[in-house]
Amino acid sequence: MTGQTGFATALLDPARPTPEGLMNPFGGPAGKRFDVYRNNVTVSLTEALETGFPTVRKLVGDAFFKAMAGVYLRANPPADPRLALYGTSFPGFLARFGPVAHLAYLPDVARLDLGLRQSYHAADAAPFDTGGMDPAEVLAQRPRLAPATLVLSSRHPVHGIWRFNTDPDAPRPPAGQQDVLIARRQFDPVPHLLPPGGITLARALKGRLTLAEAMTRTLAVHPSADIAALVTLMFTSGALTPGA
Amino acid sequence: MLDSSAPRALPAAAGIGYKAQHFTGLMADPGPVAWLEIHAENYMGAGGRPLAQLRALAERFPISVHGVGLSIGGEAPLDADHLSRLRHLCDWLEPASFSEHLAWSTHETGFLNDLLPLPYTDATLARVCDHIDRVQEVLGRRMLLENPSTYLAFAESEMDEVSFLSEIARRTGCGLLLDVNNVFVSATNQGWDARAYVDAFPLDAVGEIHLGGHDEDTDDHGRPLLIDSHGRAVIDPVWTLYAHTIARTGPRPTLIEWDNDVPPLPELLAEAARAAAILTPVEAAR
Amino acid sequence: MTIATKSFALLGAVTAAVTAAGVTEVQAQEQEKCYGISLAGENDCAAGPGTTCAGTSTVDYQGNAWTFVAAGTCVTMEKDGGRMGSLEPLDRDLPA
Repeated sequence: MTGQTGFATALLDPARPTPEGLMNPFGGPAGKRFDVYRNNVTVSLTEALETGFPTVRKLVGDAFFKAMAGVYLRANPPADPRLALYGTSFPGFLARFGPVAHLAYLPDVARLDLGLRQSYHAADAAPFDTGGMDPAEVLAQRPRLAPATLVLSSRHPVHGIWRFNTDPDAPRPPAGQQDVLIARRQFDPVPHLLPPGGITLARALKGRLTLAEAMTRTLAVHPSADIAALVTLMFTSGALTPGA
Repeated sequence: MLDSSAPRALPAAAGIGYKAQHFTGLMADPGPVAWLEIHAENYMGAGGRPLAQLRALAERFPISVHGVGLSIGGEAPLDADHLSRLRHLCDWLEPASFSEHLAWSTHETGFLNDLLPLPYTDATLARVCDHIDRVQEVLGRRMLLENPSTYLAFAESEMDEVSFLSEIARRTGCGLLLDVNNVFVSATNQGWDARAYVDAFPLDAVGEIHLGGHDEDTDDHGRPLLIDSHGRAVIDPVWTLYAHTIARTGPRPTLIEWDNDVPPLPELLAEAARAAAILTPVEAAR
Repeated sequence: MTIATKSFALLGAVTAAVTAAGVTEVQAQEQEKCYGISLAGENDCAAGPGTTCAGTSTVDYQGNAWTFVAAGTCVTMEKDGGRMGSLEPLDRDLPA
């Protein structure tokens, strides 16, 4: 292995010797000088994961997260230079990583952290504005989910776990499953607890249905859904944009 | 497309590397800061606050786009997708300057997020020149290439760094970004004379100067090993080397870089004021 | 539910939602929350801080290194004391 292939391989594998042909200025072995580059790569990518997955980091602790990030980044360096996108495969990695197998909720918490970041960088969209419309008119509109709107369905109480690790006054997470709606009113994505039927309503709003049709479909699947609460959440969270 | 009255060239004055936490402060009172530099890769999202802030800043300040991930020194061909993302950014922002590094960061394994060194040979020179020709062709503008901080040497190198950069500028017509802190760091790490490096540098090609802080460490033999951490204030010997440079070049756009442990804005403005004082010695003397 | 009562229910729901949206619209400007996302995954051109061992240490996660597992705020849920069910493939919808 020569040139940059050898350099890159040794950067990511500390067990490998320093590549041939690298020296200190006096012609001796590069030694610790090569380790500066190893350190730069590992530390900077670890920091990107730490800032990108703050809830996961809180759940497992700083030292554990750092060690786990080292395993992940060596096997999965970023696919392209945009660090804001780094870590899309981290939730899947967590689902297969033995030492966190007992934290079954961790992959979904990582998906929530990642979803907030993706929503933050998503395209802007005009808000769905019902000002001046009467309710019958509103029901005939065909709003769509805004590009910054994401829906996450989990077997675990991910919204409660997220809140518990973000808001010092939050209660302990309840047992059971939770769905989450991530939406951006302007620039700040907020994860909202999505009540039963919410996933169905969100899916329906991806199509070209009118609001009335989407609500009817939701009630057909979830007859006991609090449709007023769901539509209120969709309207107030910034989740919707006018349809074409 | 932004307001066409927006400034088009970097002023020969002090600027700072933009950090999102300083948005409000800079819009309220930029002090001596005459322009801003952004890292291109942080503004390649589809929307949201980063782009909204950048649009607002660009109405007010000349912007320098500084790429940190194009891997111009890479053995592989340039990443066409990344280059078109850079083109998109430069097309809508119309920045006063675009610069990148004499380094590589991408290989088959992926993006390594560090500015990695390359040997200085005829073969690497030809490759880097090809890459710069391509960048300038795609972006439709002249770019600046920055001298790196390096920590080791290559047995296969055939020429010194200044000769390598001079030849790149001559062949491609690109400008150079002289990072005075990188000169100090590399000179210390490689056993060069920093002042001789500046004196030999093709200063006519310099379109921008960088200043930043570094960390001190030692190598396996206890010799000083400086790390380009951008995590503290510029040290006095670097200010001295900068003043020496400016005495030879005349005023040039000068950037304060601070990327780790970013301080409150006033501390950055104080660093910018120190650079401004060296750029305008008459005012400083009063 | 008849068609008439169903559309009445939809109208009522939408009326409530429109009213709530009108109220919250006023607060849209100042109600900014950002959980540190603005600083997540930023590119820069700095080197790492010092030659710490971070870049050179290998962690064998099948060995003792992982026995200190999860020193953070690992949650135990109300009621079921952390005995969560196995994770099923996630149904996560990306924006259309």
